[in-house]
Amino acid sequence: MAYSGKSPWVIHYDGSSCNGCDIEVLATLCPGFDGERFGVVNTGNPKHADIFLVTGSVNEQNIDVVRQIYDQMVEPKVVVACGICACSGGIFHDCYNVIGGVDQAIPVDVYAPGCAVRPETLIDAIVAGVAVLDEKAEKLKSEKKGRA
Amino acid sequence: MDIQGFAIQGFVAVVIGIIAFAVLAPVVGCLLAGVDRVLSARMQGRVGPPLLQPYYDVRKLFEKEGVTVNGVQDAYVICALIFAIIAGGIFFSGGNLLMCVFVITLSSLFFIIAAYSSRSPYAELGAARETLQVMSYEPMVLLFSVAFYMATAALLPFGGWGTFDVSAVFALDAPVIVCIWPVFLGLMFILTIKLRKSPFDLSMSHHAHQEIVRGMTTEMSGSTLGLVEILHWCENVLFLGWIGLFFVWGGPVTLIVGVVAALAAYFLEILIDNNFARVKWQFMLKSAWAVALVAGGINLAVLAFL
Repeated sequence: MAYSGKSPWVIHYDGSSCNGCDIEVLATLCPGFDGERFGVVNTGNPKHADIFLVTGSVNEQNIDVVRQIYDQMVEPKVVVACGICACSGGIFHDCYNVIGGVDQAIPVDVYAPGCAVRPETLIDAIVAGVAVLDEKAEKLKSEKKGRA
Repeated sequence: MDIQGFAIQGFVAVVIGIIAFAVLAPVVGCLLAGVDRVLSARMQGRVGPPLLQPYYDVRKLFEKEGVTVNGVQDAYVICALIFAIIAGGIFFSGGNLLMCVFVITLSSLFFIIAAYSSRSPYAELGAARETLQVMSYEPMVLLFSVAFYMATAALLPFGGWGTFDVSAVFALDAPVIVCIWPVFLGLMFILTIKLRKSPFDLSMSHHAHQEIVRGMTTEMSGSTLGLVEILHWCENVLFLGWIGLFFVWGGPVTLIVGVVAALAAYFLEILIDNNFARVKWQFMLKSAWAVALVAGGINLAVLAFL
């Protein structure tokens, strides 16, 4: 069985959000919602993280940063777009510098809409991400076996 | 039995101790880490993770893809783990306490070199801080082993000569804490550094959003990080064993007293971890040396001259 889903360590990056979603992401990890019940730990280090929580849209300034963090994460990994700006660009979608949602930069597995995204939605999104994480871990394991 | 016979017997005991420690310490250490996580959560008014969460974490880390900045880092981490297990085996088989102290220090040094080898600025900063931590606690740890020797000299029924052998506690009339309780308090102080608890978790904190990313383990991922976790479990069991050592005397039944004391010390450390913010390294170094000098120095002087 895969253990990835039992220990989803997250890393949080604030793209160009208004900070509303960031506050909600941190609130999710606070005692009131207690993400650690599901093994969620906020890591701050992409090399330790399994789930990448991105808030805010992707723009010319941060697209490289988002890609860099994603590349530094170790497989299996999952990306959750938190908030409507991260999903599609939100109210900033037609700004001159905004490229769009996070999926314009890196593959996104779970979309969690909301303005700002609610902690309940985030927990749901992380739990959905955990299922994807397990799937990817199983795939990685069978690939490893195939190679051996 | 001649001297050679004793030597062989001691060697066999240590080997058995190392094997037993390698099997049992990760299990006990994992449960202790789980208890730590649950208790910390309860202290913060949360439900917290399942008891076996540290086990799930490590299993997950071993499932991750193998990515490493250089292979030599993994070799150093493995060496650190091996020497920690040897130190634990020496201690729990009743071997030489001084040797145990030296071997566990060697393990710490390997871990520091592992962090330096990645050349990441964050890992290097963590490694530099870890070096300061070793500098801070090492005098007290050495005074602890010397004090143990002097306490056995005072308490052993056949009198006169002390011993560094941990197994000698079973021949004592009273636990060593009656002679060296100031040293015990000093060891409790530096135990916070050794267990990597706040306010002395300078080199690598378990909490995100700090200035050195993840300190020493910044460049360690996947199975390497899993080995680091197992290393900490083993270290924690050994350090709590040192605490328990103060409370064991007479016969094996008193081991229960030692275990209870060690668990109480662990609870106290979790309480401290949850109630104190991190300090600067200057304070850590000064206070740890002051405690070593006062608690250890005075205690040794009293034992030597009175």
